[in-house]
Amino acid sequence: MDLYTLCLVAAFAPLAGAAAAGFLGWKLGRTFAHTVTILSVAVSLAASLVIFGKVADGATLDQTVYTWMTGENWRLQVGFLIDRLTVTMMVVVTFVSLMVHVYTIGYMADDPGYQRFFAYISLFTFSMMMLVMANNFVQLFFGWEAVGLVSYLLIGFWFKRPTAVYANLKAFLVNRVGDFGFLLGIGFVFAAFGTLDYAPVFQAAPRYAQMLVEIVPGSEWSLVTVICIGLFIGAMGKSAQFPLHVWLPDSMEGPTPISALIHAATMVTAGIFMVSRMSPLFEMSQAALSFVIVIGAITAFFMALIAIVQTDIKRVVAYSTLSQLGYMTMALGASAYSAAIFHLMTHAFFKAVLFLGAGSVIIALHHEQDMRKMGGLRKYMPITYATVLIGALANAGLPPFAGFFSKDSIIEALHLSATPGAGFAYALALAGVFVGGLYSFRLVFFAFHGKERFAEGGHGHDEHAAGHDDHSSGKAVASGDSHGHAPHETPWVVTLPLILLAIPSVFIGWFAIGPMLYGDWFGKAIVPTATLAEMAKHFHGAGAMVVHAFTSLPFWLALGGAATAWYLYIVRPDLPAIIKAKSGFLATLLERKYYFDEFNDWFFAGGARKLGHGLWLWGDRTIIDGIMVNGTAKAIGWFAGVARRTQTGFVYHYAFTMIIGVFGLLTWMFWRAGG
Amino acid sequence: MTGMTISLAIWVPIAFGVAVLAVGNDRNPALGRWTALAGSILGFLACVPLWTGFDLKSAGMQFEEMAPWIARFNVNYHLGVDGISMPLILLNSFMTILVVVAHWEVITEKVSQYLAAFLVMSGLINGTFAALDAILFYVFFEAMLIPMFLIIGVWGGPNRVYAAVKFFLYTLLGSLLMLAAFIYLYWQTNGSFEILDYHKVPLGITAQVLVFLAMFMSFAVKVPMWPVHTWLPDAHVEAPTGGSVILAAITLKIGGYGFLRFNMPIAPDASHALSGFMIALSLVAVVYIGLVALAQSDMKKLIAYSSISHMGFVTLGFFLFNGDGVLGGLIQMVSHGFISAAMFLCVGVLYDRMHSRQISDYGGVANTMPVFAAFFVLFAMANSGLPATSGFIGEFMVVMGAIKVNFWYAFLAGTTLVFGAAYTLWMVKRVLYGEVANEHVAALKDVGRRELVFLVLLAVCVLALGVYPKPLADVMNPTIQQLLAHIAESKLQ
Repeated sequence: MDLYTLCLVAAFAPLAGAAAAGFLGWKLGRTFAHTVTILSVAVSLAASLVIFGKVADGATLDQTVYTWMTGENWRLQVGFLIDRLTVTMMVVVTFVSLMVHVYTIGYMADDPGYQRFFAYISLFTFSMMMLVMANNFVQLFFGWEAVGLVSYLLIGFWFKRPTAVYANLKAFLVNRVGDFGFLLGIGFVFAAFGTLDYAPVFQAAPRYAQMLVEIVPGSEWSLVTVICIGLFIGAMGKSAQFPLHVWLPDSMEGPTPISALIHAATMVTAGIFMVSRMSPLFEMSQAALSFVIVIGAITAFFMALIAIVQTDIKRVVAYSTLSQLGYMTMALGASAYSAAIFHLMTHAFFKAVLFLGAGSVIIALHHEQDMRKMGGLRKYMPITYATVLIGALANAGLPPFAGFFSKDSIIEALHLSATPGAGFAYALALAGVFVGGLYSFRLVFFAFHGKERFAEGGHGHDEHAAGHDDHSSGKAVASGDSHGHAPHETPWVVTLPLILLAIPSVFIGWFAIGPMLYGDWFGKAIVPTATLAEMAKHFHGAGAMVVHAFTSLPFWLALGGAATAWYLYIVRPDLPAIIKAKSGFLATLLERKYYFDEFNDWFFAGGARKLGHGLWLWGDRTIIDGIMVNGTAKAIGWFAGVARRTQTGFVYHYAFTMIIGVFGLLTWMFWRAGG
Repeated sequence: MTGMTISLAIWVPIAFGVAVLAVGNDRNPALGRWTALAGSILGFLACVPLWTGFDLKSAGMQFEEMAPWIARFNVNYHLGVDGISMPLILLNSFMTILVVVAHWEVITEKVSQYLAAFLVMSGLINGTFAALDAILFYVFFEAMLIPMFLIIGVWGGPNRVYAAVKFFLYTLLGSLLMLAAFIYLYWQTNGSFEILDYHKVPLGITAQVLVFLAMFMSFAVKVPMWPVHTWLPDAHVEAPTGGSVILAAITLKIGGYGFLRFNMPIAPDASHALSGFMIALSLVAVVYIGLVALAQSDMKKLIAYSSISHMGFVTLGFFLFNGDGVLGGLIQMVSHGFISAAMFLCVGVLYDRMHSRQISDYGGVANTMPVFAAFFVLFAMANSGLPATSGFIGEFMVVMGAIKVNFWYAFLAGTTLVFGAAYTLWMVKRVLYGEVANEHVAALKDVGRRELVFLVLLAVCVLALGVYPKPLADVMNPTIQQLLAHIAESKLQ
């Protein structure tokens, strides 16, 4: 098969699978649903791997599939751009997706919505493939919104839970705020370049470097900066960057497999991918890069802090995801696009491991997510424990695990970058490493070591009770029967994906760092930048990097974080409560997540509702309908009522009126003739 | 002029409407129903040659028909379609089929009169879109009000009389001014009622502004534009489902069509001069009405306000005077036809079972009606402008066109991305999701075969147009280009 046909197969096989499971699944049953979707995603992975091989040999593709629409002097299309950036994403997406498909067989085994779930995740895979394979902004936007749609459907998968349907609406609307910026960014591209295909836009971009647009009268902005900031606002929604991060923690209301696939490994990294894809544009605007790096730094550090106080195992991983996305964003801002993509890839593997491992624990404990009711699981679930430990080591960025290579490269990039704000980002990134070590190992020690708390009934440890009230409903029911017997390891459909994802979490960094960061793997797909050239001077191979790490600050910070976690949760488990009591407002601030949700609910959601109600009541009902419309009707009615009195029915009244009228008329005529 | 394709499209449904009146009675409604279904399908088939035989390269009028009607005043029976009117005629004839299918088990009183009203209205609306003679247009335009007035006034809800009278007076007042403008133009053209002659006649700026405003009164009410929109929520709430479908899907489009056919080409200089005014009203519709929709507790009112907000995109797109905006506005008209019809039919499906339109009476409907829920979510997403549904294209192209003119137009229009999703999906959340709210919801039965027919048909239309809008755009583009070129030339001497 030629490259183009392979691309069609890779993109559309999951769509076919989703359609089959969605339309026929209810009739043909569960086995059919998971078989057909897993097959379709496996086909997509196989095709992606073949494409990967061909592209590694130097092939590229930029081809139209069909023309979507034409207008006065433009043509919008659906098409594929296949280069090394695309194939990297394709393989990551389809691989993690396949693992999650297999895992789902175990995780959703007793769920009545089994077939629907498989249809959704295959549809997601299709949407994500369309997003990464696009060769133009329209298709990018299609994929962008389509993954948002599937995310909406999957967060609200258990649609009976009020918390789930609150979370999915919130996720969709917050993403729409980002998409609003994204759409305006695309609009500026279209207005300036007259096309929405990547290749001609990137080619023409340098000619627009000096172009200015007037946004606010009197102040002119660089066109490219406006475009980049618009596009990046879209990325802030999808990749959950401060202050549009608020939807991601709530998205944990969805089943765990999709938390791994959509809200950790793939969809949330769409923003990172998009900015890397747009590197020719972003490289032209220091201001935009500065904006990116500051947003990334704030997200990376402040979201990591929240992870320390969470007690829901999925939420810890969710805040860790936010923090890691912040690292990727910082790398983008530092012009180290390939470092961002590299971290995206390693993160996809180790974060999927952490989520799926958390899911494995959750099923073993019959849908218990509260870490205060775990502990000591290590000996009951050895495979889950080992894989989660690998995930945590990688997440903390300890050598020689995959996360080390990518995180360390990002920190190095921040150190060397010339982007304004890089110093600020560098400081927060280093601080974030310590926090990362702390929350990663807090999870490991809290859930898998120490006292076995899963047999205890009720809320024994009330020191963490606050901040937990918003997601406990609906889940507490299932944990009832878990108290009788000890938890045991989950079936192979769950552990096999864990193992297969843990392997790259250990090794992929070692192999990939050379070609991806310092070789010419990305070729022309990503613009070469000064930051990367500078980094390359300091790079002497993966082995040397590991050796060097033991004398570098990030390593000791991460280790310090891990040691702190060990001290707090193994040596002195009584300490966290004491610290929390002493820290007062600070602890509350973290547990209330900086009060973002409260503010948004009050100001944006509440404000819009109040404003809408006010406009309706006063604008539509009182002024337009009450005064203008019905008022006019009443005025006519009143006038008619007055006029009716003249219709007395007496002839002499009419005659008298007529005489007066004639007299008046004659007077007027004579007066006019005389004057 | 040979051929009578358009005449068939007009008179076949009207003839069947008369036939339904003749054969139908309430003791044996089946005959009337089947006759009406046959009439609506034949009416649609009569329109198909307009699509298949359409010359994509031509920007002018096609399938023209011409016969003298009132020779004394040079009034002619002159018909023709171009890339603007042809899709609207097809849309209208298609919707008529759906309305006939949708009424089947729902309307049980005065069935034949109900169906006849729709069939006659369908033919009259086709006539409105195809008329090239101002008086002929006016006759169709006014005649069309009568069946709709009856549909609301006879088969409507408890407050139907207020709604029907409000609807009738609003639209009638506007159109009287339009008639005055036609008569004025008749003198200016030395005795012609040809719309295409009006396009060419030179007019001073004062005359243009007056003509523009006279016609604006007529079409702005139809669209409806803020602040003359308040008749629409009332009419929708009281109208039976079929009435709402035609009202939202078709009759609103006549307003948009009128701007393109009359205001802009007849008074181009006035159109340019007043474009800021028109854009301001459109943006108020998008933002203000979007917020008002958020406050609604009645599903039909919510969708009615959503319609006004979406129609704001249409008028916004037109008065940007660029190809993207006009194309976007036109596609938005077609797309909104599908989506608003689908939304009203979905509410109708619920209303038929629960006899309530209040959102608060529902909750957890997805538990008992999963198939319905799937369709409802799809149409809600289309209403929120999701790509790959038809709702996306219009909004996208209008924003693309707006940003070329002024960033803030695009900014304000773009807020619909958030508000549109907010009011639509919040309704979805409250109606479909959650635990079963009460025993009425628990007793709900999922959609039947008849209901599936129209839901599937509309879903296919919404998705097909969203995935592949090129055929529709190809029909519209030449006419749009010609129109824009015409408007760009001043009529002042």
